[in-house]
Amino acid sequence: MSEDKREMFDEQDDGKVKESRRDFLKKIGVAAAATAAVPAATAKAVSIAETLQSHFELMSDEQKQKAIARLEKRYSEQFGKQTTVANTPAPDGVLFGYALNISKCIGCRRCVEACVRENNQSRDPKIQWIRVLRMNRGNLTFDPKHLNEGKPSSDPLGNYGIQSGGHADKAVGISGEAEHYYNPEQVPEENAFYFPVQCQQCEDPACTRACPVRATYRDPNGIVVIDYNWCIGCRMCQLACPYWARRFNWSEPVLPNEDMNPKTHYLGNRPRMVGVMEKCTFCLQRVRDGRYPACVEACPVGARKFGNLLDPESEVRKVLATKQVFRFKEDFNTEPKFFYYMD
Amino acid sequence: MTMKIASSQKPIAFTRDFCSYAVTGGKVYYSWLLFLSFFAVVGLVTTYLQMTTGLIVTGATDQIVWELFVSNFIHCPSIASAAVLVVTPAYIYKRKDMKQLAVIGEAIAMVFVIIGINFIMFHMGRPDRAWHAVPGIGIFNFPSSVLTYDIIVLNVYLVLNAVAVFYYLYKHYVGQPINTKFYTPLIYVAVAWGPFIHIITAFILSSNAQIAVWHSALMPFSFLAMAASAGPALVIVIFLVIRKFTKLEIADSVIDFFSQVIIWGIGALILMFSVEFFTELYPATHHAAPLEYAIKGHHGLDAYVPWFWTIMSVFVAQFFLLLSSKIRKSYNFLLPLICISVFLSVLLEKPSILIFPAFSPTPLGEYAVYHPTLIEICNVLFVWATGFILLTMVLKGVVGVLIGEVRDTKTLEASGEAK
Repeated sequence: MSEDKREMFDEQDDGKVKESRRDFLKKIGVAAAATAAVPAATAKAVSIAETLQSHFELMSDEQKQKAIARLEKRYSEQFGKQTTVANTPAPDGVLFGYALNISKCIGCRRCVEACVRENNQSRDPKIQWIRVLRMNRGNLTFDPKHLNEGKPSSDPLGNYGIQSGGHADKAVGISGEAEHYYNPEQVPEENAFYFPVQCQQCEDPACTRACPVRATYRDPNGIVVIDYNWCIGCRMCQLACPYWARRFNWSEPVLPNEDMNPKTHYLGNRPRMVGVMEKCTFCLQRVRDGRYPACVEACPVGARKFGNLLDPESEVRKVLATKQVFRFKEDFNTEPKFFYYMD
Repeated sequence: MTMKIASSQKPIAFTRDFCSYAVTGGKVYYSWLLFLSFFAVVGLVTTYLQMTTGLIVTGATDQIVWELFVSNFIHCPSIASAAVLVVTPAYIYKRKDMKQLAVIGEAIAMVFVIIGINFIMFHMGRPDRAWHAVPGIGIFNFPSSVLTYDIIVLNVYLVLNAVAVFYYLYKHYVGQPINTKFYTPLIYVAVAWGPFIHIITAFILSSNAQIAVWHSALMPFSFLAMAASAGPALVIVIFLVIRKFTKLEIADSVIDFFSQVIIWGIGALILMFSVEFFTELYPATHHAAPLEYAIKGHHGLDAYVPWFWTIMSVFVAQFFLLLSSKIRKSYNFLLPLICISVFLSVLLEKPSILIFPAFSPTPLGEYAVYHPTLIEICNVLFVWATGFILLTMVLKGVVGVLIGEVRDTKTLEASGEAK
């Protein structure tokens, strides 16, 4: 697998494929890995027709069919497996919503792993659409080491200084800090809680407003999608997003053949190209078929709930009706359809 | 030998004469162009690397999404809009000593808009898809996206100035009077348009509520103050060079006017920084976090701290130095030195204080430091070098027309007969 990755890098660096070297590496790959290794990817040249194609929503049905056929051909050749690019329409009368139980989440990041596998994210550089924040349980934990370093004396008017240690500029012990690179022996850790963040599928998103070419827009089910072939890579959407939900392809993404998920959707998980933006789509390729997003299925503790916000009987609606619910960064007024709740 | 040139051929003759004058010069001229060409040639290689590999060759990441290209881009509208300060005294205050120089200001504006657009092409992840933003063949997300406003104001400003410059020069070339019914309104529109390009560029930053320090109503004003200091600084240097190397006469009063403008510009800038710092730092909410990061670092990440204090001190020092009339009158040494320093300090303020620290903390609370790469720096130098080559040549041609060395042969003969 590592050989595959390296080879792909070689190809993209000089733009050409060294035939003999590739065959050699292929053999090594096959011999070394007992898995049935698929031939390594060849970055197929993008056709002129694909370069000149219009915005997906502006194409006629015939043009869409042609664009999809082009992509299926390119992906199938590149990844050495039959790839489908679906154009399943959005179901009627559905507004997708998501609810996440932060009192249940154990920070195992199986959702992240499932997401990467399902949505064909680049493995090198690593792109992940879900980031799980780790925070200390109890936001105001006093740090015992510095507790006695405060200035408990008062000024002549009886106004006491910072008594928890530190100084007015930085009182110790008040952590409030989150990190998303935690790497413990096992989860859940003691004294920690977890807060997964992904695209919040806002009703009034700052990102779609910022896009100068409408490459990113809301679909009829309230999912913010991106036409990867229309994105110009200006990154205004990434700048506008208050949730750090968007990821940019700074280089040609590396996706090993055997890891590639061949069941894709045009607006969802089809492989991306260099210089375009990507992000969570609630697994559009799955939910338009009536399935759950990959992260919902992967969660081992059932912290993730997904459903139709317009259906009063849906699980999400029941959560909204009965639990203590909040939305992340409500002050930005973007009206996320991603809710956090506690038991 | 009377050669009759049909009037339809005159524009061709003008272009030919203008270009051939622009590429001929003395030793100093060629050495300057050669010096710039070095960066342009190196830049060709690094540009190829970026265009084939992607923006990963720059220091930008998902944490700090803007690179040196945008940081430098923001400086270009500064200079371009400051050209208004050359045109306004000439046409609105009717200063006679500047009447002829207005066209130089417009030419500077034109070239700096072009440089700015080049920086944006480097900033784009898919420059091959730039046509997606062209109304008619692509989708222009107007009026929703602030970037579309910037595309409009920059391109309109480019066209206004290009038309104004070349119309004026052409009329001068063929020896015809300017049609004031056409030219005066054009100039007034261009003057009014100048501040727009900078205000809208500031909106690109301040429209992002997510980036706390940018989300300030003061942004366009401090940008204009920077334009009023860096713009005239460059204009002074250019005028002093033109005065030294060409026959075009530029009065001391003109230089004095611009050094006064710089004082006002830097003074306003210092005031605006002060009120911004007070408003952020007194309540010291999370909104102030990026600014605090630039001022004193965060948990040992203090890459921007020396930049912050150096540039702020340099701003203040420049202000007080320029208050001295002795320094302002030192046309051949101190004044150009301070002008170059003003230009560079405003330019360097962009990445090291305005842009990079603003991205920390990220929406998820992460702090990051930007590390520019060699390829990125070479590409920045490439854009500046090609831009300054263009600027040099255009200004050479402009001066040639103004001093009458680039003239229509027929006009020359007519004036010869008159003698």
